[in-house]
Amino acid sequence: MSHCKTIVEDNIDILVVGAGLGGTGAAYEARYWGRNKKIVIAEKANINRSGAVAQGLYAINCYMGTRFGENNPEDHVRYARIDLMGMVREDLLFDMARHVDSAVHKFEEWGLPLMKDPKRENAEGLAKGAYMREGKWQIMIHGESYKPIVAEAATKQADKVYNRIMVTHLLMDDAKDNRVAGCVGFNVRTGNYHVFKSKATIVGAGGASNIFKPRSVGEGAGRVWYAPWSSGSAYGLLIEAGAKMTQMENRIVLARFKDGYGPVGAYFLHLHTYTQNGYGEEYESNWFPELEERVGKRYLNTEASHVSARPIPTCLRTSAIISEINAGRGPIHMVTMEAFQDPHLEEVGWENFLGMTVGQAVLWAATDIDPKYINPELTTSEPYVMGSHATACGAWCSGPADLSPPEYFWGYNRMTSVEGLFGAGDAVGGTPHAFSSGSFTEGRLAAKAACQYVDDGKGEGIVVSDKQIADRKAQIFQPLETYRIGRNEIVAGTVSPSYILPMPGLQRLQKIMDEYCGGVTVSYMTNDKLLNMGMQKMAIMEEDLEKLGAEDIHQLMRAWELKHRHRTSECVFQHTFFRKETRWPGYYYRGDAMKLDDDNWHVLTVSHRDRDTGAYTMSKAPCYHLVNDE
Amino acid sequence: MPTFVYMTRCDGCGHCVDICPSDIMHIDEKYRRAYNIEPNMCWECYSCVKACPHQAIDVRGYADFAPLGHSVRTIRDEEKGTIAWRVKFRDGRVKNFLSPITTQPWGTKIQDFRELDEPTAEMRNSELLAFEPKYIRMDDGGLHTLETNKLSLKAGGEYHESL
Repeated sequence: MSHCKTIVEDNIDILVVGAGLGGTGAAYEARYWGRNKKIVIAEKANINRSGAVAQGLYAINCYMGTRFGENNPEDHVRYARIDLMGMVREDLLFDMARHVDSAVHKFEEWGLPLMKDPKRENAEGLAKGAYMREGKWQIMIHGESYKPIVAEAATKQADKVYNRIMVTHLLMDDAKDNRVAGCVGFNVRTGNYHVFKSKATIVGAGGASNIFKPRSVGEGAGRVWYAPWSSGSAYGLLIEAGAKMTQMENRIVLARFKDGYGPVGAYFLHLHTYTQNGYGEEYESNWFPELEERVGKRYLNTEASHVSARPIPTCLRTSAIISEINAGRGPIHMVTMEAFQDPHLEEVGWENFLGMTVGQAVLWAATDIDPKYINPELTTSEPYVMGSHATACGAWCSGPADLSPPEYFWGYNRMTSVEGLFGAGDAVGGTPHAFSSGSFTEGRLAAKAACQYVDDGKGEGIVVSDKQIADRKAQIFQPLETYRIGRNEIVAGTVSPSYILPMPGLQRLQKIMDEYCGGVTVSYMTNDKLLNMGMQKMAIMEEDLEKLGAEDIHQLMRAWELKHRHRTSECVFQHTFFRKETRWPGYYYRGDAMKLDDDNWHVLTVSHRDRDTGAYTMSKAPCYHLVNDE
Repeated sequence: MPTFVYMTRCDGCGHCVDICPSDIMHIDEKYRRAYNIEPNMCWECYSCVKACPHQAIDVRGYADFAPLGHSVRTIRDEEKGTIAWRVKFRDGRVKNFLSPITTQPWGTKIQDFRELDEPTAEMRNSELLAFEPKYIRMDDGGLHTLETNKLSLKAGGEYHESL
């Protein structure tokens, strides 16, 4: 790409990579603490409709309501801990929970329509102004414009927003080992090469859809649960830079409306719909005794849950669906016919989808399913790797000074194990149930700490050699060159002996992940033998990724998305192999270790990939829990 | 569906190209109008549908599970602050919905922090974020900490107690 211009943005103080909810929170907060700092955003799409919230949301799933007397931060930590079978970073979760409400109230000031519930104030003795609750942690919103509203806040505070930049790599300091120096990428429209040199970098990029073979084929592959543009760049960028990762085995499988993947939260919590098997029977409780035996009473105690309303972990409910279907009593139905007789609830049910998963409404319209008269089917999705829903994949980050034990603290809140490199949203590991508002909050926390890092002079003296910049440029545009040369060998078509195109490459990755790492076609089952074989195939695939071809700039973006997804998947394999137990039945099963093993595995898994050799080192980190002082 | 574009309504203005989160709405070089270049990377997020000034873009459900003959149309009105939806089933039934999208005029409610006084050193050294402790307490207290909430962090599975 000799005709491509190189565009350098230098002297940045705070660089935000990826402007979803995490990145927008970071840019917004960075300006508050860094009035004269140079704050720059690099975003793959258009900030007004990018990230997981591009389509909108019908609920904010993480809101404490502390000012109304509802919940305290530690209540949310305990909930997330139980839901994730103990494996969370409670310092980071407490920190997120104690700040998240201030973000939500800002959203309301900016114009986001939050529903109110005056009746509940009186009934529950809450302070005036309380929001409509969907569940204990969720509030209901008219969130079609959630993303444009939040984007406005970030755009206002940033010096520059670069849209349509596919960030492929982080830059590393050539003067000091293990310190970040910015990032590089290319503009997916012009093909120009972009270099961002910065003292501190906050990665707010997304988790990974489309790394496991999806249930739907052809066009339907676009209707993934997490956005198809969530290409695992949060992990691809961080792992490649040598940042330590945690809990990457903790992928998530979701129970969702079949094919359209419409969310079920509002249906269960607000509409009080429930599930039954194909024969109209309650099935869940039939599977709990066996699950209780496998995971132990500490994690599933149906009697205690009944008495105390202790939630049943998401993965175990998913496991009951998988077992019931495998026992031949599918399909699972959501019983909507009762709730939908109430016109208000019917409206909520539809608007829920129109506000965040229009594709589900399209599907019901296409198949003449009116949930008032037909109970729609549910299914379990293909697995996803992300860190802000009921799952906790991400980077191993420092917590705040006033909360974190020594193993969790190295100076700056939300800083990864690479100096000057911070995470937010999906990028941060061990913090499930952050959702949109919690991700925005994490961005704010990272930004305040990053400003402090810069003010402390920690970003001084960074050197980025011309060689590093030139080498990355050659590497980034190589797929265009590979295609150009290889294309001359063949008459026409997509089949070449010299290159593979991004889509067939993605399909190979999905097949490996599915068959060897516990995808849908094997009912989420794997074991040490399968994982070993899968990792060998991943290594060979990495060699082939050197021969990725791209016909144009758009395909070049897909090529680098695939590389990020591959790096993410490799790390998932390493973690899944390391944890020799089945901690989250329903998310995946290790056939060689079907029981939960607290004696050996009540720990967080941490990986480190050597930047130069690519070799992984796995370790265990202690799992700290909040306890009440006597 | 993926999205598709009606030939007679599109004038090639490129609003959809500008907004598509998946970078799949491109301008066809021959017809100078937009089209979806990669339907299997389309989330049916409707960003392009909402952005189109001519209602030229529509959605036809994913071919591998959605039969033909339906439509889900929308008009998003930034001035009024509303979004209207019309869901038409394959058998002809219709449902209409209307929701607010914002409560404030666009571009007016966000303060530029460069116009505010600098935060004090005390604020910088605290764990508080911008404008806190507003909104995070019911009483006049400050930020929640382990001490204020009478909590400790202890390592080990035995501390994973019930709610």
